[in-house]
Amino acid sequence: MSNEPYSKEHQEYLKKAKNRKTAIIITQILILVIFFVQWEITAKLKIVDPFLVSQPSRIIKSLVKIYNEGTLFRHIWVTCYETIVGFVVGTLLGILIATILWWSDFICKVLDPYLVVLNALPKIALGPIIIFWAGNNQNSIIIIALMISLVVTIISVLSGFQEVDEDKIKLLKTFGANKFQILRYVVFPASIPTMISALKINVGLSWVGVIVGEFLVAKEGLGFLIVFGGQVAQLDMVMMSILILSLVAYLMYEVVALFEKKFVKWKS
Amino acid sequence: MSKLEIQNISMTYHTKEGETSALSDINLKVEDGEFITIIGPSGCGKSTLLSIFAGLIEPSNGKILIDDKEIKYPCSQIGYMLQRDHLFEWRTIYKNIIIGLEIQNKLDKDSIENVENMMKKYGLSSFKNYYPHQLSGGMRQRAALIRTLALNPEVLLLDEPFSALDYQTRLAVSDEIYCIIKNECKTAIMVSHDIAEAISLSDKIVVLTKRPGTVKSIHDINLEIENRTPLKAREAPKFREYFNTLWKELDVHVE
Repeated sequence: MSNEPYSKEHQEYLKKAKNRKTAIIITQILILVIFFVQWEITAKLKIVDPFLVSQPSRIIKSLVKIYNEGTLFRHIWVTCYETIVGFVVGTLLGILIATILWWSDFICKVLDPYLVVLNALPKIALGPIIIFWAGNNQNSIIIIALMISLVVTIISVLSGFQEVDEDKIKLLKTFGANKFQILRYVVFPASIPTMISALKINVGLSWVGVIVGEFLVAKEGLGFLIVFGGQVAQLDMVMMSILILSLVAYLMYEVVALFEKKFVKWKS
Repeated sequence: MSKLEIQNISMTYHTKEGETSALSDINLKVEDGEFITIIGPSGCGKSTLLSIFAGLIEPSNGKILIDDKEIKYPCSQIGYMLQRDHLFEWRTIYKNIIIGLEIQNKLDKDSIENVENMMKKYGLSSFKNYYPHQLSGGMRQRAALIRTLALNPEVLLLDEPFSALDYQTRLAVSDEIYCIIKNECKTAIMVSHDIAEAISLSDKIVVLTKRPGTVKSIHDINLEIENRTPLKAREAPKFREYFNTLWKELDVHVE
Protein backbone atom coordinates (compact mmCIF):
# COMPACT_ATOMS: atom_id res chain seq x y z
CA MET A 1 0.00 0.00 0.00
CA SER A 2 1.32 3.42 -0.91
CA ASN A 3 1.05 6.41 1.32
CA GLU A 4 0.33 8.78 -1.52
CA PRO A 5 -2.60 11.01 -0.69
CA TYR A 6 -5.43 10.27 -3.09
CA SER A 7 -7.42 13.01 -4.76
CA LYS A 8 -10.69 13.96 -3.15
CA GLU A 9 -12.63 12.41 -5.97
CA HIS A 10 -10.82 9.12 -5.53
CA GLN A 11 -11.35 9.15 -1.77
CA GLU A 12 -15.04 9.56 -2.39
CA TYR A 13 -15.03 6.75 -4.88
CA LEU A 14 -13.34 4.48 -2.32
CA LYS A 15 -15.82 5.49 0.33
CA LYS A 16 -18.75 4.75 -1.96
CA ALA A 17 -17.38 1.33 -2.82
CA LYS A 18 -16.90 0.56 0.85
CA ASN A 19 -20.40 1.73 1.76
CA ARG A 20 -21.92 -0.42 -0.89
CA LYS A 21 -20.08 -3.47 0.39
CA THR A 22 -21.25 -2.82 3.94
CA ALA A 23 -24.82 -2.34 2.72
CA ILE A 24 -24.75 -5.71 0.99
CA ILE A 25 -23.46 -7.52 4.09
CA ILE A 26 -25.96 -5.83 6.39
CA THR A 27 -28.85 -6.72 4.10
CA GLN A 28 -27.67 -10.31 3.92
CA ILE A 29 -27.60 -10.59 7.69
CA LEU A 30 -30.92 -8.80 7.98
CA ILE A 31 -32.63 -11.33 5.71
CA LEU A 32 -31.37 -14.14 7.91
CA VAL A 33 -32.49 -12.43 11.12
CA ILE A 34 -35.95 -11.55 9.76
CA PHE A 35 -36.43 -15.07 8.51
CA PHE A 36 -35.70 -16.65 11.89
CA VAL A 37 -37.63 -14.04 13.86
CA GLN A 38 -40.76 -14.39 11.76
CA TRP A 39 -40.41 -18.17 11.99
CA GLU A 40 -40.27 -18.00 15.77
CA ILE A 41 -43.21 -15.56 16.00
CA THR A 42 -45.51 -17.25 13.49
CA ALA A 43 -44.89 -20.58 15.21
CA LYS A 44 -45.52 -19.10 18.65
CA LEU A 45 -48.78 -17.50 17.47
CA LYS A 46 -49.74 -20.85 15.89
CA ILE A 47 -50.04 -19.26 12.45
CA VAL A 48 -47.90 -22.18 11.27
CA ASP A 49 -47.92 -25.55 12.98
CA PRO A 50 -44.64 -25.87 14.97
CA PHE A 51 -44.99 -29.65 14.84
CA LEU A 52 -44.70 -29.58 11.05
CA VAL A 53 -42.25 -26.72 10.53
CA SER A 54 -40.50 -26.68 13.91
CA GLN A 55 -39.38 -23.43 15.52
CA PRO A 56 -35.98 -21.77 16.11
CA SER A 57 -36.28 -22.02 19.92
CA ARG A 58 -37.15 -25.72 19.68
CA ILE A 59 -34.26 -26.25 17.30
CA ILE A 60 -31.90 -24.71 19.85
CA LYS A 61 -33.34 -26.94 22.56
CA SER A 62 -32.76 -29.95 20.38
CA LEU A 63 -29.22 -28.76 19.72
CA VAL A 64 -28.50 -28.36 23.42
CA LYS A 65 -29.94 -31.80 24.13
CA ILE A 66 -27.74 -33.52 21.57
CA TYR A 67 -24.78 -31.48 22.72
CA ASN A 68 -25.35 -32.60 26.30
CA GLU A 69 -25.56 -36.20 25.13
CA GLY A 70 -22.08 -35.57 23.76
CA THR A 71 -22.74 -36.83 20.24
CA LEU A 72 -23.20 -33.54 18.35
CA PHE A 73 -19.64 -33.12 17.17
CA ARG A 74 -19.33 -36.80 16.48
CA HIS A 75 -22.26 -36.60 14.04
CA ILE A 76 -20.87 -33.50 12.35
CA TRP A 77 -17.39 -34.95 12.12
CA VAL A 78 -18.54 -38.25 10.63
CA THR A 79 -20.42 -36.51 7.85
CA CYS A 80 -17.63 -34.03 7.15
CA TYR A 81 -15.06 -36.80 7.05
CA GLU A 82 -17.08 -38.82 4.56
CA THR A 83 -17.62 -35.78 2.38
CA ILE A 84 -14.01 -34.66 2.40
CA VAL A 85 -12.68 -38.13 1.62
CA GLY A 86 -15.34 -38.52 -1.07
CA PHE A 87 -14.60 -35.33 -2.92
CA VAL A 88 -10.84 -35.32 -2.50
CA VAL A 89 -10.49 -38.90 -3.71
CA GLY A 90 -13.12 -38.30 -6.40
CA THR A 91 -11.29 -35.24 -7.66
CA LEU A 92 -7.82 -36.77 -7.56
CA LEU A 93 -8.91 -40.02 -9.18
CA GLY A 94 -10.88 -38.04 -11.76
CA ILE A 95 -7.83 -35.93 -12.62
CA LEU A 96 -5.69 -39.05 -12.86
CA ILE A 97 -8.11 -40.78 -15.22
CA ALA A 98 -8.53 -37.58 -17.26
CA THR A 99 -4.73 -37.45 -17.59
CA ILE A 100 -4.64 -41.02 -18.90
CA LEU A 101 -7.40 -40.23 -21.39
CA TRP A 102 -5.54 -37.10 -22.52
CA TRP A 103 -2.36 -39.09 -22.92
CA SER A 104 -3.88 -41.76 -25.12
CA ASP A 105 -6.25 -40.53 -27.77
CA PHE A 106 -7.11 -44.15 -28.55
CA ILE A 107 -8.28 -45.00 -25.02
CA CYS A 108 -10.15 -41.70 -24.95
CA LYS A 109 -12.05 -42.46 -28.14
CA VAL A 110 -12.79 -46.03 -27.04
CA LEU A 111 -14.12 -45.03 -23.63
CA ASP A 112 -16.12 -42.05 -24.84
CA PRO A 113 -19.56 -43.74 -25.12
CA TYR A 114 -19.05 -45.48 -21.75
CA LEU A 115 -18.32 -42.17 -20.08
CA VAL A 116 -21.46 -40.68 -21.59
CA VAL A 117 -23.56 -43.55 -20.24
CA LEU A 118 -21.91 -43.42 -16.82
CA ASN A 119 -22.46 -39.69 -16.68
CA ALA A 120 -26.13 -40.02 -17.54
CA LEU A 121 -26.70 -42.82 -15.03
CA PRO A 122 -27.90 -41.60 -11.62
CA LYS A 123 -25.16 -43.01 -9.42
CA ILE A 124 -27.52 -43.29 -6.45
CA ALA A 125 -29.15 -46.18 -8.32
CA LEU A 126 -25.96 -48.13 -7.67
CA GLY A 127 -26.40 -47.62 -3.90
CA PRO A 128 -27.81 -51.05 -3.08
CA ILE A 129 -25.12 -52.79 -5.14
CA ILE A 130 -22.37 -50.79 -3.48
CA ILE A 131 -23.74 -51.69 -0.06
CA PHE A 132 -23.62 -55.36 -1.01
CA TRP A 133 -20.06 -55.09 -2.21
CA ALA A 134 -18.52 -52.69 0.29
CA GLY A 135 -20.63 -53.65 3.32
CA ASN A 136 -23.23 -51.97 5.45
CA ASN A 137 -20.80 -49.32 6.69
CA GLN A 138 -19.02 -46.04 6.15
CA ASN A 139 -17.07 -47.34 3.14
CA SER A 140 -20.26 -47.58 1.13
CA ILE A 141 -21.12 -43.98 1.93
CA ILE A 142 -17.72 -42.75 0.80
CA ILE A 143 -17.88 -44.83 -2.37
CA ILE A 144 -21.30 -43.42 -3.24
CA ALA A 145 -20.01 -39.87 -2.70
CA LEU A 146 -16.92 -40.61 -4.76
CA MET A 147 -18.90 -42.17 -7.63
CA ILE A 148 -21.06 -39.10 -7.91
CA SER A 149 -18.16 -36.69 -8.34
CA LEU A 150 -15.82 -38.97 -10.30
CA VAL A 151 -17.40 -39.00 -13.75
CA VAL A 152 -18.15 -35.28 -13.71
CA THR A 153 -14.53 -34.60 -12.79
CA ILE A 154 -13.19 -36.82 -15.56
CA ILE A 155 -15.35 -35.13 -18.17
CA SER A 156 -14.77 -31.54 -17.09
CA VAL A 157 -11.03 -31.88 -16.46
CA LEU A 158 -10.52 -33.75 -19.72
CA SER A 159 -12.29 -31.03 -21.66
CA GLY A 160 -10.13 -28.51 -19.80
CA PHE A 161 -7.01 -30.40 -20.92
CA GLN A 162 -8.26 -30.49 -24.49
CA GLU A 163 -9.03 -26.80 -24.56
CA VAL A 164 -5.46 -25.80 -23.77
CA ASP A 165 -4.25 -23.50 -26.54
CA GLU A 166 -2.71 -25.60 -29.33
CA ASP A 167 -0.17 -22.84 -29.99
CA LYS A 168 1.14 -23.04 -26.43
CA ILE A 169 1.76 -26.74 -26.98
CA LYS A 170 3.34 -25.94 -30.34
CA LEU A 171 5.65 -23.47 -28.60
CA LEU A 172 6.90 -26.16 -26.24
CA LYS A 173 7.31 -28.56 -29.14
CA THR A 174 9.63 -26.06 -30.81
CA PHE A 175 11.75 -26.36 -27.66
CA GLY A 176 11.73 -30.12 -28.19
CA ALA A 177 9.45 -30.92 -25.26
CA ASN A 178 8.23 -34.51 -24.89
CA LYS A 179 4.68 -35.47 -23.99
CA PHE A 180 5.34 -35.58 -20.28
CA GLN A 181 6.91 -32.12 -20.35
CA ILE A 182 3.95 -30.78 -22.31
CA LEU A 183 1.68 -32.16 -19.60
CA ARG A 184 3.80 -30.75 -16.83
CA TYR A 185 4.59 -27.32 -18.24
CA VAL A 186 1.41 -26.38 -20.09
CA VAL A 187 -1.55 -28.71 -19.93
CA PHE A 188 -1.59 -29.18 -16.17
CA PRO A 189 -0.91 -25.61 -14.99
CA ALA A 190 -3.20 -24.16 -17.66
CA SER A 191 -5.99 -26.42 -16.37
CA ILE A 192 -5.68 -25.56 -12.70
CA PRO A 193 -8.65 -23.18 -12.85
CA THR A 194 -10.72 -25.96 -14.45
CA MET A 195 -9.63 -28.41 -11.78
CA ILE A 196 -10.55 -26.02 -9.03
CA SER A 197 -13.95 -25.36 -10.50
CA ALA A 198 -14.38 -29.15 -10.67
CA LEU A 199 -13.44 -29.24 -7.01
CA LYS A 200 -16.09 -26.64 -6.23
CA ILE A 201 -18.77 -28.64 -8.00
CA ASN A 202 -17.58 -31.82 -6.32
CA VAL A 203 -17.97 -30.38 -2.83
CA GLY A 204 -21.67 -29.97 -3.50
CA LEU A 205 -22.05 -33.31 -5.23
CA SER A 206 -20.28 -35.18 -2.46
CA TRP A 207 -22.71 -33.77 0.09
CA VAL A 208 -25.51 -35.28 -1.97
CA GLY A 209 -23.72 -38.63 -2.08
CA VAL A 210 -22.92 -38.64 1.63
CA ILE A 211 -26.41 -37.71 2.79
CA VAL A 212 -28.05 -40.28 0.52
CA GLY A 213 -25.48 -42.83 1.65
CA GLU A 214 -26.28 -42.07 5.27
CA PHE A 215 -30.00 -42.39 4.55
CA LEU A 216 -29.24 -45.90 3.32
CA VAL A 217 -26.78 -47.33 5.80
CA ALA A 218 -25.54 -45.01 8.53
CA LYS A 219 -25.79 -45.24 12.27
CA GLU A 220 -24.34 -41.80 12.79
CA GLY A 221 -23.86 -38.53 10.93
CA LEU A 222 -26.10 -35.63 9.96
CA GLY A 223 -27.86 -37.63 7.25
CA PHE A 224 -28.62 -40.29 9.83
CA LEU A 225 -30.04 -37.66 12.21
CA ILE A 226 -32.31 -36.39 9.43
CA VAL A 227 -33.70 -39.84 8.62
CA PHE A 228 -33.94 -40.82 12.25
CA GLY A 229 -35.64 -37.52 13.17
CA GLY A 230 -38.14 -38.09 10.37
CA GLN A 231 -38.88 -41.61 11.50
CA VAL A 232 -39.57 -40.64 15.09
CA ALA A 233 -41.47 -37.50 14.02
CA GLN A 234 -38.85 -35.22 15.62
CA LEU A 235 -38.84 -32.40 13.06
CA ASP A 236 -36.79 -30.21 15.42
CA MET A 237 -33.95 -32.64 15.03
CA VAL A 238 -34.41 -32.74 11.25
CA MET A 239 -34.39 -28.95 10.95
CA MET A 240 -31.41 -28.67 13.26
CA SER A 241 -29.43 -31.14 11.18
CA ILE A 242 -30.33 -29.34 7.98
CA LEU A 243 -29.20 -26.01 9.44
CA ILE A 244 -25.90 -27.45 10.61
CA LEU A 245 -25.50 -29.11 7.23
CA SER A 246 -26.02 -25.80 5.41
CA LEU A 247 -23.47 -24.10 7.61
CA VAL A 248 -20.83 -26.78 7.24
CA ALA A 249 -21.38 -27.07 3.49
CA TYR A 250 -20.97 -23.32 3.20
CA LEU A 251 -17.75 -23.35 5.22
CA MET A 252 -16.32 -26.15 3.13
CA TYR A 253 -17.10 -24.25 -0.05
CA GLU A 254 -15.33 -21.21 1.33
CA VAL A 255 -12.24 -23.28 2.10
CA VAL A 256 -12.14 -24.41 -1.52
CA ALA A 257 -12.58 -20.81 -2.66
CA LEU A 258 -9.63 -19.84 -0.46
CA PHE A 259 -7.64 -22.61 -2.07
CA GLU A 260 -8.52 -21.17 -5.45
CA LYS A 261 -7.27 -17.73 -4.49
CA LYS A 262 -3.97 -19.19 -3.40
CA PHE A 263 -3.41 -21.21 -6.56
CA VAL A 264 -4.56 -18.82 -9.24
CA LYS A 265 -2.98 -15.71 -7.85
CA TRP A 266 -1.58 -14.92 -11.30
CA LYS A 267 -5.08 -14.21 -12.52
CA SER A 268 -5.85 -11.11 -10.53
CA MET B 1 28.38 -21.76 -48.08
CA SER B 2 24.88 -20.73 -47.09
CA LYS B 3 23.70 -20.70 -43.51
CA LEU B 4 20.45 -22.42 -44.37
CA GLU B 5 19.60 -24.30 -47.49
CA ILE B 6 16.21 -25.65 -48.40
CA GLN B 7 16.15 -28.32 -51.05
CA ASN B 8 13.07 -29.52 -52.93
CA ILE B 9 10.61 -29.19 -50.07
CA SER B 10 7.12 -30.45 -50.92
CA MET B 11 4.20 -30.98 -48.63
CA THR B 12 0.94 -32.77 -49.17
CA TYR B 13 -1.83 -32.86 -46.58
CA HIS B 14 -4.00 -35.92 -46.27
CA THR B 15 -7.55 -35.71 -45.05
CA LYS B 16 -10.55 -37.97 -45.46
CA GLU B 17 -11.84 -35.68 -48.19
CA GLY B 18 -8.70 -36.14 -50.23
CA GLU B 19 -5.19 -34.79 -50.51
CA THR B 20 -4.11 -31.21 -50.89
CA SER B 21 -0.76 -30.18 -52.19
CA ALA B 22 0.31 -27.24 -50.00
CA LEU B 23 3.88 -26.73 -51.11
CA SER B 24 5.67 -27.93 -54.16
CA ASP B 25 9.39 -28.06 -54.78
CA ILE B 26 10.65 -25.14 -52.72
CA ASN B 27 14.31 -24.25 -53.01
CA LEU B 28 15.92 -21.46 -51.05
CA LYS B 29 19.27 -20.30 -49.73
CA VAL B 30 19.68 -18.01 -46.75
CA GLU B 31 23.02 -16.42 -45.95
CA ASP B 32 24.42 -15.92 -42.47
CA GLY B 33 22.99 -12.85 -40.74
CA GLU B 34 20.40 -12.26 -43.42
CA PHE B 35 16.82 -11.25 -42.68
CA ILE B 36 14.49 -12.74 -45.23
CA THR B 37 10.73 -12.56 -45.43
CA ILE B 38 8.43 -14.97 -47.19
CA ILE B 39 5.25 -13.39 -48.49
CA GLY B 40 2.47 -14.78 -50.62
CA PRO B 41 -1.28 -14.87 -51.03
CA SER B 42 -3.20 -16.25 -48.07
CA GLY B 43 -3.32 -20.01 -47.99
CA CYS B 44 -0.14 -20.39 -50.02
CA GLY B 45 1.49 -22.47 -47.32
CA LYS B 46 3.80 -19.84 -45.77
CA SER B 47 3.16 -20.97 -42.23
CA THR B 48 3.38 -24.61 -43.27
CA LEU B 49 6.82 -23.90 -44.65
CA LEU B 50 7.91 -22.34 -41.36
CA SER B 51 6.52 -25.27 -39.39
CA ILE B 52 8.58 -27.57 -41.58
CA PHE B 53 11.74 -25.53 -40.86
CA ALA B 54 10.95 -25.74 -37.15
CA GLY B 55 10.54 -29.51 -37.37
CA LEU B 56 6.92 -29.38 -36.22
CA ILE B 57 5.74 -31.17 -39.33
CA GLU B 58 7.61 -33.48 -41.58
CA PRO B 59 7.67 -32.57 -45.27
CA SER B 60 6.53 -35.13 -47.82
CA ASN B 61 9.75 -34.52 -49.66
CA GLY B 62 13.01 -32.62 -49.53
CA LYS B 63 15.58 -31.66 -46.93
CA ILE B 64 16.91 -28.72 -44.96
CA LEU B 65 20.58 -28.05 -44.36
CA ILE B 66 22.25 -25.80 -41.84
CA ASP B 67 25.94 -25.15 -42.53
CA ASP B 68 25.73 -27.87 -45.18
CA LYS B 69 24.57 -30.47 -42.68
CA GLU B 70 21.10 -31.96 -42.79
CA ILE B 71 19.13 -31.00 -39.67
CA LYS B 72 17.98 -33.58 -37.20
CA TYR B 73 14.99 -32.53 -35.06
CA PRO B 74 14.61 -31.36 -32.37
CA CYS B 75 17.22 -28.85 -33.45
CA SER B 76 18.66 -26.33 -31.03
CA GLN B 77 20.11 -24.24 -33.85
CA ILE B 78 16.61 -23.08 -34.76
CA GLY B 79 14.39 -20.80 -32.67
CA TYR B 80 10.74 -20.21 -33.40
CA MET B 81 8.55 -17.23 -32.62
CA LEU B 82 4.83 -17.57 -32.95
CA GLN B 83 2.14 -15.10 -33.94
CA ARG B 84 1.25 -14.26 -30.38
CA ASP B 85 3.72 -14.13 -27.54
CA HIS B 86 2.14 -17.09 -25.70
CA LEU B 87 3.73 -16.21 -22.41
CA PHE B 88 2.28 -18.50 -19.77
CA GLU B 89 0.00 -16.50 -17.47
CA TRP B 90 0.91 -18.60 -14.45
CA ARG B 91 4.63 -18.01 -14.74
CA THR B 92 6.52 -14.81 -14.03
CA ILE B 93 8.38 -13.13 -16.87
CA TYR B 94 11.67 -14.62 -15.74
CA LYS B 95 10.16 -18.08 -15.41
CA ASN B 96 8.65 -17.69 -18.86
CA ILE B 97 11.96 -16.75 -20.36
CA ILE B 98 13.80 -19.75 -18.96
CA ILE B 99 11.16 -22.32 -19.89
CA GLY B 100 13.05 -23.46 -22.99
CA LEU B 101 16.20 -23.92 -20.93
CA GLU B 102 14.25 -25.88 -18.34
CA ILE B 103 12.82 -28.20 -20.97
CA GLN B 104 16.17 -28.83 -22.59
CA ASN B 105 17.80 -29.21 -19.21
CA LYS B 106 20.25 -26.43 -19.94
CA LEU B 107 19.61 -24.32 -16.89
CA ASP B 108 23.09 -23.61 -15.57
CA LYS B 109 25.14 -20.66 -14.40
CA ASP B 110 26.15 -19.56 -17.90
CA SER B 111 22.71 -19.72 -19.41
CA ILE B 112 21.13 -17.92 -16.45
CA GLU B 113 23.74 -15.20 -16.69
CA ASN B 114 23.11 -14.89 -20.41
CA VAL B 115 19.37 -14.55 -19.82
CA GLU B 116 19.87 -11.96 -17.12
CA ASN B 117 22.17 -9.95 -19.34
CA MET B 118 19.66 -9.95 -22.13
CA MET B 119 16.88 -8.94 -19.77
CA LYS B 120 18.99 -6.06 -18.57
CA LYS B 121 20.03 -5.02 -22.06
CA TYR B 122 16.46 -5.02 -23.36
CA GLY B 123 14.85 -3.37 -20.38
CA LEU B 124 13.08 -6.26 -18.70
CA SER B 125 15.11 -6.90 -15.56
CA SER B 126 12.90 -4.75 -13.34
CA PHE B 127 9.87 -6.75 -14.51
CA LYS B 128 11.47 -10.08 -13.72
CA ASN B 129 8.91 -11.11 -11.14
CA TYR B 130 5.88 -9.63 -12.87
CA TYR B 131 3.20 -11.77 -14.41
CA PRO B 132 2.60 -11.38 -18.16
CA HIS B 133 -0.75 -9.63 -17.81
CA GLN B 134 1.01 -6.77 -16.03
CA LEU B 135 3.17 -5.98 -19.07
CA SER B 136 2.49 -4.04 -22.26
CA GLY B 137 2.22 -5.74 -25.63
CA GLY B 138 5.66 -4.59 -26.67
CA MET B 139 7.34 -5.83 -23.49
CA ARG B 140 5.58 -9.17 -23.81
CA GLN B 141 6.86 -9.54 -27.35
CA ARG B 142 10.38 -8.70 -26.20
CA ALA B 143 10.10 -11.27 -23.44
CA ALA B 144 8.96 -13.82 -26.01
CA LEU B 145 11.97 -13.04 -28.17
CA ILE B 146 14.38 -13.37 -25.24
CA ARG B 147 12.74 -16.70 -24.39
CA THR B 148 13.64 -17.86 -27.89
CA LEU B 149 17.13 -16.31 -27.79
CA ALA B 150 17.86 -17.89 -24.42
CA LEU B 151 18.53 -21.16 -26.20
CA ASN B 152 21.03 -19.40 -28.40
CA PRO B 153 19.65 -20.44 -31.80
CA GLU B 154 21.49 -19.49 -34.97
CA VAL B 155 18.41 -19.16 -37.13
CA LEU B 156 15.23 -17.47 -35.99
CA LEU B 157 11.85 -18.27 -37.48
CA LEU B 158 9.19 -15.60 -37.10
CA ASP B 159 5.61 -16.45 -37.93
CA GLU B 160 3.85 -13.11 -38.42
CA PRO B 161 5.25 -12.06 -35.07
CA PHE B 162 3.53 -8.67 -34.97
CA SER B 163 0.12 -9.52 -36.32
CA ALA B 164 -1.55 -9.60 -32.91
CA LEU B 165 -0.50 -6.02 -32.10
CA ASP B 166 -2.28 -2.78 -32.97
CA TYR B 167 -0.72 -0.64 -35.71
CA GLN B 168 1.29 1.84 -33.61
CA THR B 169 2.63 -0.80 -31.25
CA ARG B 170 3.40 -2.90 -34.24
CA LEU B 171 5.70 -0.29 -35.77
CA ALA B 172 7.48 0.28 -32.47
CA VAL B 173 7.82 -3.41 -31.65
CA SER B 174 9.06 -4.39 -35.08
CA ASP B 175 11.72 -1.71 -34.67
CA GLU B 176 12.77 -3.11 -31.30
CA ILE B 177 12.73 -6.73 -32.39
CA TYR B 178 14.66 -5.92 -35.55
CA CYS B 179 17.37 -4.19 -33.54
CA ILE B 180 17.63 -7.06 -31.10
CA ILE B 181 17.94 -9.59 -33.91
CA LYS B 182 20.63 -7.56 -35.67
CA ASN B 183 22.38 -6.87 -32.39
CA GLU B 184 22.59 -10.57 -31.61
CA CYS B 185 23.69 -11.30 -35.19
CA LYS B 186 20.98 -13.84 -35.92
CA THR B 187 19.79 -15.12 -39.24
CA ALA B 188 16.05 -14.62 -39.49
CA ILE B 189 13.26 -15.98 -41.64
CA MET B 190 9.94 -14.24 -41.27
CA VAL B 191 6.55 -15.05 -42.71
CA SER B 192 4.23 -12.13 -43.31
CA HIS B 193 1.31 -11.00 -45.40
CA ASP B 194 2.16 -7.33 -44.89
CA ILE B 195 4.18 -6.05 -47.84
CA ALA B 196 5.28 -2.84 -46.09
CA GLU B 197 6.43 -4.70 -43.02
CA ALA B 198 8.34 -7.16 -45.18
CA ILE B 199 10.19 -4.39 -47.02
CA SER B 200 10.97 -2.45 -43.86
CA LEU B 201 12.61 -5.43 -42.17
CA SER B 202 14.13 -7.63 -44.83
CA ASP B 203 17.29 -7.94 -46.82
CA LYS B 204 15.53 -10.30 -49.17
CA ILE B 205 11.90 -11.06 -49.94
CA VAL B 206 10.68 -14.36 -51.28
CA VAL B 207 7.31 -14.35 -53.03
CA LEU B 208 5.36 -17.58 -53.11
CA THR B 209 2.68 -18.48 -55.64
CA LYS B 210 -0.85 -19.56 -54.83
CA ARG B 211 -1.41 -23.09 -53.57
CA PRO B 212 0.47 -25.27 -54.11
CA GLY B 213 3.07 -22.76 -53.01
CA THR B 214 6.30 -22.56 -54.89
CA VAL B 215 8.91 -19.80 -55.16
CA LYS B 216 7.67 -17.22 -57.66
CA SER B 217 10.45 -14.67 -57.34
CA ILE B 218 13.14 -13.42 -54.98
CA HIS B 219 13.78 -9.71 -54.48
CA ASP B 220 16.91 -8.24 -52.91
CA ILE B 221 15.96 -5.21 -50.90
CA ASN B 222 18.50 -2.44 -50.98
CA LEU B 223 17.06 0.79 -49.69
CA GLU B 224 20.35 2.69 -49.89
CA ILE B 225 20.09 4.29 -46.48
CA GLU B 226 22.51 4.38 -43.57
CA ASN B 227 21.82 2.91 -40.12
CA ARG B 228 18.81 1.17 -41.37
CA THR B 229 15.93 0.50 -39.01
CA PRO B 230 12.41 -0.55 -39.99
CA LEU B 231 11.01 2.91 -39.23
CA LYS B 232 13.67 4.70 -41.26
CA ALA B 233 13.24 2.18 -44.03
CA ARG B 234 9.65 3.25 -44.46
CA GLU B 235 10.84 6.74 -45.30
CA ALA B 236 13.37 5.65 -47.90
CA PRO B 237 12.60 6.80 -51.46
CA LYS B 238 13.02 3.30 -52.81
CA PHE B 239 10.47 1.90 -50.33
CA ARG B 240 7.54 2.78 -52.57
CA GLU B 241 9.21 1.28 -55.65
CA TYR B 242 9.61 -2.04 -53.92
CA PHE B 243 6.09 -1.82 -52.62
CA ASN B 244 4.67 -1.38 -56.10
CA THR B 245 6.75 -4.19 -57.56
CA LEU B 246 5.73 -6.60 -54.80
CA TRP B 247 2.12 -5.54 -54.98
CA LYS B 248 2.07 -6.45 -58.67
CA GLU B 249 3.93 -9.68 -57.93
CA LEU B 250 1.36 -10.74 -55.40
CA ASP B 251 -1.38 -10.06 -57.91
CA VAL B 252 -4.05 -9.38 -55.32
CA HIS B 253 -7.58 -9.47 -56.60
CA VAL B 254 -10.51 -8.50 -54.46
CA GLU B 255 -13.48 -10.42 -55.65
